[in-house]
Amino acid sequence: MHKFVKTIMLGAALLAAGTVMAQKTVLTVASFPDLDRAAKAALPQWTRLHPDIEVKMISLQYPDHHTAMTTALATGSGMPDVMAVDFRFIGKFAESGGLEDLSKPPYDGNALRSRFVRFSFPQATSSSGALTAIPADIGPGTLLYRKDILERAGVAEADLTRSWESFIEAGKKIKSSTGAYLLANATDIRDIALRSGLSDGEGVFFDANGKALVETPRFVRAFELGRAARSAGIDARAVAWTNEWAAGFRNNRIASQMMGAWLAGHLKNWMAPDSKGLWRSAGLPGGVHASYGGSFYAIPKKAANKAAAWEFILLLTANRDVQLQSLRVLDSFPALLAAQGDPAMDEPIEFLGGQPARRLWRDSAAKIPAITVNRHDAMATDVVNAEFERVLSEGKAIPAALADARALIERRTRR
Amino acid sequence: MNAQRRHPRWRLRALAPYLFIAPFFLLFFVFGLFPLCFSVYLSLHQWEPAAGLAAMQWVGFDNYRFALSDPWLHKSLYNTLWLAVASGLPQHVVAVPLAFFIHMRLSRSRNLVVAAYFVPYITSSVAIALIFSTLFSKDFGAINAAFQGMSNLPGAGALLHGVRPDWLGDADWTKPSVAFVIFWRYIGWNVVLYLSALQVIDPALYEAATLDGAGSWQQFRHIALPLLRPMMFFAITLTLIGNLQLFEEPFILIGTESGVSQSAMTTAMFMYRVAFSDGDFGTASAISWLLFLIIAVLTWGNARLFNRGGSDHGAL
Repeated sequence: MHKFVKTIMLGAALLAAGTVMAQKTVLTVASFPDLDRAAKAALPQWTRLHPDIEVKMISLQYPDHHTAMTTALATGSGMPDVMAVDFRFIGKFAESGGLEDLSKPPYDGNALRSRFVRFSFPQATSSSGALTAIPADIGPGTLLYRKDILERAGVAEADLTRSWESFIEAGKKIKSSTGAYLLANATDIRDIALRSGLSDGEGVFFDANGKALVETPRFVRAFELGRAARSAGIDARAVAWTNEWAAGFRNNRIASQMMGAWLAGHLKNWMAPDSKGLWRSAGLPGGVHASYGGSFYAIPKKAANKAAAWEFILLLTANRDVQLQSLRVLDSFPALLAAQGDPAMDEPIEFLGGQPARRLWRDSAAKIPAITVNRHDAMATDVVNAEFERVLSEGKAIPAALADARALIERRTRR
Repeated sequence: MNAQRRHPRWRLRALAPYLFIAPFFLLFFVFGLFPLCFSVYLSLHQWEPAAGLAAMQWVGFDNYRFALSDPWLHKSLYNTLWLAVASGLPQHVVAVPLAFFIHMRLSRSRNLVVAAYFVPYITSSVAIALIFSTLFSKDFGAINAAFQGMSNLPGAGALLHGVRPDWLGDADWTKPSVAFVIFWRYIGWNVVLYLSALQVIDPALYEAATLDGAGSWQQFRHIALPLLRPMMFFAITLTLIGNLQLFEEPFILIGTESGVSQSAMTTAMFMYRVAFSDGDFGTASAISWLLFLIIAVLTWGNARLFNRGGSDHGAL
């Protein structure tokens, strides 16, 4: 009976859609899970505002989506009206020249700049100054740690955040008294240290002129800290997003992880649901404020319905209610300052033992420097990773490793 | 009048075979020939794909020069050759005697045994790599658990005490681990190839040898082995080509993100990385053609080797 009713309803809906389609404009939105859930949740609001424009969602898996969008930009066909872009790809897509410059009329997107968290707009701005996308959510970096394991070892939160030296000392204490590793991987400490002391306009791997910064003292210090963590034996040598890594949290073998605040959602939903209430969030050690990922929406130059696309992007990014709704649906952190001022920020988070951690994340997000993104960042990350591994496993001297990394990066960026 | 009417009909008849064969050629041109030719064209250009087709820039052989001087390409070629030999050689050294044993000694259970060896070959490589990454896991894997168990045994067990290699996370172990998975996966395929060749050897030869007092080893060494030569050539050629294009197994087992990913990065993986991570499709195409050249030369060398040796056993 149920099935029958459903079929009838589906048929009626299809029929209705077919007849309406004749007059309706269709806005194509290309996205990926879980981000697409935010757009889907906003559809009722959209239909209320624009009953004459129908939204068609195309959702592909994360890597497939970005490959499909690269292909669409390369060939100029199969282009959506609204394109979701992840942080990892925004640098590359921004430089491509295939996206609308939203700073120009009729968009005048820069007028929105002051309404968004400071560091997010520069991420979407190309080297020629074109604003290619509007930020939807951000990933303020945080230190998530297991309060119970720390207590058993007699270590306080301040021991982790005071300085890197005290962080490593605390790690040793935790290892000897509880057997748990403080870090999943020595590369984590290196990555945070690489992001310390940056100011607006600087990049992690390249300066504003595209010069490689790999041999600067910042890199030397980061490599030294990573090596110190490895030789102190406080890292589980697990690679992020592997089974080993997730199991480390499930089996109480890894006591902390420095990552985007969204990791709390992953821990809660699938990685370590049983450890509910045992986690806490703290600022990154050494007073670092860093961004881990984020999502953007862009309009391709060859899009068919640019005006409607812009309206849709504004609804998703600059509308306070929609942004807060995304926070509820996705556990994503809003890029819009108005949403960050909402009482939702003060709500206790059950998984973090009732800690109102969003306040902490908001304050940290405000202090994240507006660093520049370079289209060679992914390549530079690979090269630095490979040389760092050589320092750890082959005992290669750090200056030699960094000199080799710089030579290779410069070789590959020269063309 | 009559002739005029017949004319278009005749033309249709003449056209029909071409229409019938068109689907194949259409698909072949679109998905086979065109990408092939386009990759040659692409290898002579520098191209940022996200910037559109108009952004292609003619650079001649610059991509080839650039690729050949890249230290990561050298490393990937070394890794590829290492894996090709370490996983390829044992495949044949084990498969030939194994096929001979199955052929001579098993009768009723033969199909079952062959099927068991063949199953890994037809299983999805993604599934295989995922299963093995669980088995190889340092702390939770079955292999290290077995080591742990054996270390409690008296005698040689003590040697294994505390041995817990990080198979996929330690640069010294990644290549052997990947090589083992490939060996395990393709041994069945080679057994089937050799078995089919053994089945066409005239049983009278073995009977005559038995009458002359030859044992199993002598029969294997002096009858089976020489007569398997043509099949060996075929099987080794396939292994050579397949192993030099290795991608899936190291890609899933080791990945490109982990610190040790360099230690098992094959040339095909490096090519993928250059294309999809660095966005340099021109250089990636150049690398693919360089890899093709290497495979062609080695296959040719293999053919030469087998042809020259062939005369030795001509008298048999």
